[in-house]
Amino acid sequence: MSNDEQGRTLKFHILKYDPQLEGDEPRMVTFEVDEAPGMTIFIALNEIREKHDRSLQFDFVCRAGICGSCGMLINGKPDLACRTLTSRFPRGEITLLPLPAFELIGDLSVNTGEFMRSMSERVEGWIHDQEQESVDLTRIEERMDPDLADEIYELDRCIECGCCISACATKRMRDDFLGAVGFIKVARFALDTRDKRTDEDWYEIIGNDDGVFGCMTLLGCEDNCPKDLPHQHKIAYLRRRMVKVT
Amino acid sequence: MKIIYTDSLIIGGGLAGLRVAIAARKRGYESIILSLIPAKRSHSAAAQGGMQASLAASVKSRGDNEDIHFADTVKGSDWGCDQKVVRMFAHTAPKAIRELATWGVPWSRVRAGDREVVINAERVTITEGEDAHGLITSRDFGGTKKWRTCYTADGTGHTMLYAMDNKAIELDIPVHERKEAIALIHEGNRCLGAVVRDLINGELIAYVARATTMATGGYGRLYSVTTNAVISEGIGTAIALETGIAPLSNMEAIQFHPTAIVPVGILTTEGCRGDGGLLKDVDGHRFMPDYEPGKKELASRDVVSRRMTEHIRKGKGVPSRYGDHLWLDITLLGKAHIDKNLREVKEICEYFLGIDPSKDFIPVRPTQHYSMGGIRTKPTGESIGLHGLFAAGEASCWDMHGFNRLGGNSVAETVVAGMIVGEYVADYCEANSLDFKTSTIESFVNRERKKIDDLIARSSGEEVYELKKSMQAIMMEKVGIFRNGDGLAQAVEELQALLKRSRNIAIQNKVRSSNPELVEAIRVPKMLKLALCAAVGARDRTESRGAHSREDFPARNDREWLKRTLSTWKDEADELPTQEYVDLDIMEMEMPPGSRGYGNDETIHHADTAVREKQIEELKKSMPNADRHEMQEAIMPYVLPEKYRGKNERVGVGYE
Ligand SMILES: Cc1cc2nc3c(=O)[nH]c(=O)nc-3n(C[C@H](O)[C@H](O)[C@H](O)COP(=O)(O)OP(=O)(O)OC[C@H]3O[C@@H](n4cnc5c(N)ncnc54)[C@H](O)[C@@H]3O)c2cc1C
Ligand code: SF4
Ligand code: SF4
Ligand code: FES
Repeated sequence: MSNDEQGRTLKFHILKYDPQLEGDEPRMVTFEVDEAPGMTIFIALNEIREKHDRSLQFDFVCRAGICGSCGMLINGKPDLACRTLTSRFPRGEITLLPLPAFELIGDLSVNTGEFMRSMSERVEGWIHDQEQESVDLTRIEERMDPDLADEIYELDRCIECGCCISACATKRMRDDFLGAVGFIKVARFALDTRDKRTDEDWYEIIGNDDGVFGCMTLLGCEDNCPKDLPHQHKIAYLRRRMVKVT
Repeated sequence: MKIIYTDSLIIGGGLAGLRVAIAARKRGYESIILSLIPAKRSHSAAAQGGMQASLAASVKSRGDNEDIHFADTVKGSDWGCDQKVVRMFAHTAPKAIRELATWGVPWSRVRAGDREVVINAERVTITEGEDAHGLITSRDFGGTKKWRTCYTADGTGHTMLYAMDNKAIELDIPVHERKEAIALIHEGNRCLGAVVRDLINGELIAYVARATTMATGGYGRLYSVTTNAVISEGIGTAIALETGIAPLSNMEAIQFHPTAIVPVGILTTEGCRGDGGLLKDVDGHRFMPDYEPGKKELASRDVVSRRMTEHIRKGKGVPSRYGDHLWLDITLLGKAHIDKNLREVKEICEYFLGIDPSKDFIPVRPTQHYSMGGIRTKPTGESIGLHGLFAAGEASCWDMHGFNRLGGNSVAETVVAGMIVGEYVADYCEANSLDFKTSTIESFVNRERKKIDDLIARSSGEEVYELKKSMQAIMMEKVGIFRNGDGLAQAVEELQALLKRSRNIAIQNKVRSSNPELVEAIRVPKMLKLALCAAVGARDRTESRGAHSREDFPARNDREWLKRTLSTWKDEADELPTQEYVDLDIMEMEMPPGSRGYGNDETIHHADTAVREKQIEELKKSMPNADRHEMQEAIMPYVLPEKYRGKNERVGVGYE
């Protein structure tokens, strides 16, 4: 940890707005925090809440970059706040806004949970297999190619943080656009041989302008996904597959 | 007053809660899950290393079966567990993992042929069998005889939780998010549901159900440094305690994980050592073989954590501004292995430490990790004091971990318990209708409303954040890895003083809707009660067992302490829990207490041990033709729901 981290005073500019409170208006509030070595935005926000503003709302669960709770706009870029070190900002000024495109709960807290559940319902994000219920669990499991298992895991690493949705220009224009997280889910299940859905089935879900055909390939999603998922590759792949269906 | 009725109410949307809900739903009972957060963000997602189940497909796990998994778990528990529950568990775990495979978990698979692994700091080549190609593989973990921990890279909990929640979505099971259960409702000794606070608009809602299941996870946040999520505060456990009739058990049994990063306490998985990583000291010396020449870095967690602490105390730690630490060295595993199988660890190192674990050592220290104790239940998952209240997962103590849990056994427990307890929950729904007086519901809601009113109305009093920090510091310092009588007596006194002060908390933010300070003010007094149960339990238990390690009583004492601790909080005005003890009956055990094989065995044995050993030996002699299943049944019969009783098939040996 470098020495110049010590003694810095950080300035946090944070959007405050509680829709639950009648008459409350969105506004930016600035808080000062003495930087500590290894300080993350998670640590800083807790300090602000404790010392300066007991009402400040934000969401952290794992504080380790794995649960996807803490997406917010950090100096304009959607990212996970818990694993963002304050030392990354040489000027010591950090502006925090709630993720756009989601319902605001208050201040930095947004309702990604409801969004992700309806996304899952829309793409039916579970294994579709008629035989599933009749599998005899005492028997040796069905074999799977080890490489395929690894590839599915790559896509299963999405933590539903919503950063890709907030970074998507198409989503901002069209509310019903499925968005990158949805494409990743579809790609994940389409890859999985346990899921018996066909391309025709997938077409029903993403073969339109609210699906892959609406994507403008500006790749805000790929640039901002904290898990580095291969959005570009998968969107292109899904599009090729869907074109074949038509 | 808003009331929501359902058949099966499940408090907690982690692996355990989701699985219970799925079981009840499949049996035709309406289920509602409550959660502080979206289900997929539950702390189960944080499990990295894997899930134990004796599938025995990989070459290093051949020969494994329920018997060995059972024996490892009982030893790991330092004989503090309920052996029948461990049997139920070991027998169902292979089915749990296979079910999850059909629900979509992309378990890492065996690849036939040669592969290089690191064992005891050396690269060796092992050859996986053709017959196992494509089956679920497993890795080594601490305290196990075989490589039994199945995984998806180091994102196992994540993929399991996602598959489980997706199944729940498929079954249309509602998850009511951002809701906090703050009290249980009961009429006499029958549980009727919970009083729930909506964390967005502050509304109090009564959820009324035939059966209520607590699956709220652990309570690591009683400590200042923990691997647990910030929501792991034990409120579910605490509201069971607050009923005055649902006892908690073994609250002093708290596990410290050897390798959390310094200073923030984020975990690096046991898989690091399972895959061949080493622990090193200030001189770069690999010290574990000096203490535990047998299992070395892969001794049971409690043992490794104690050895590390001892080594630091000898002055061999690496000094840092955050105190001394040791090194975890995984550089020898090579970049390719780390990039593929230890990715989360790699990301954590990059983001939080700014280091590359394929080149640099990782600074680690033992850190609070897991709560073996919890809501005491029967093997069915039902509370021993409150009918209609069930518990599963880390929040419960049906008691399969005793005084120390093995790595990989917890996510396995959540799913297995979910499957089994879920069946009993459905049975309960079938056998019991909902009879209650509306006035009962009203009185519970009014009681909670009044508490909140009082909190908001109080203009001056105690600072909630200060109380919480003090509690966490006391637990860390005095109810930690090594404990002693004086320190524990002080801890109890100090926590008691904090509890009294917590009855006079005043908050600055008076808003009734979303209000993080109010949330703390509701929680901290509850957390203090749990802390007191742990501290009193630790003070009174004058022996060392598993993770409970007394410097003044270093030996395990079966003669006097082969007992389970029960804590109840009889009256809201009480300042201490009421403690009782229940004997573990050696004469019913399949595996009478022996040595775990670490350090010198100084165990003070119980007279029954020798008697039971002899009895078992004779029984075995009298059944020369019995296979292992028949023998097991003769020694210690146990009950499982019908659908999980079948024997488990394994490659090469069939249903043997
Ligand atoms: C960093 C880390 C790594 C781990 N790695 C492994 C591993 O590799 N292998 C292994 O076997 N085990 C591992 N464990 C342990 C294991 O992950 C947990 O014990 C297990 O996942 C707990 O699951 P659960 O379902 O009981 O609870 P959780 O997953 O913690 O879920 C608790 C749920 O309860 C809800 N809740 C809590 N309180 C309330 C309330 N008052 N009202 C309403 N809802 C509430 C929460 O919202 C959440 O949905 C690890 C643990 C940690 C901390
Ligand atoms: S795809 Fe990436 S950015 Fe989008 S929700 Fe998943 S992890 Fe977050
Ligand atoms: S590439 Fe498509 S999904 Fe991704 S941000 Fe652009 S428009 Fe959205
Ligand atoms: S708090 Fe879990 S990802 Fe940030």
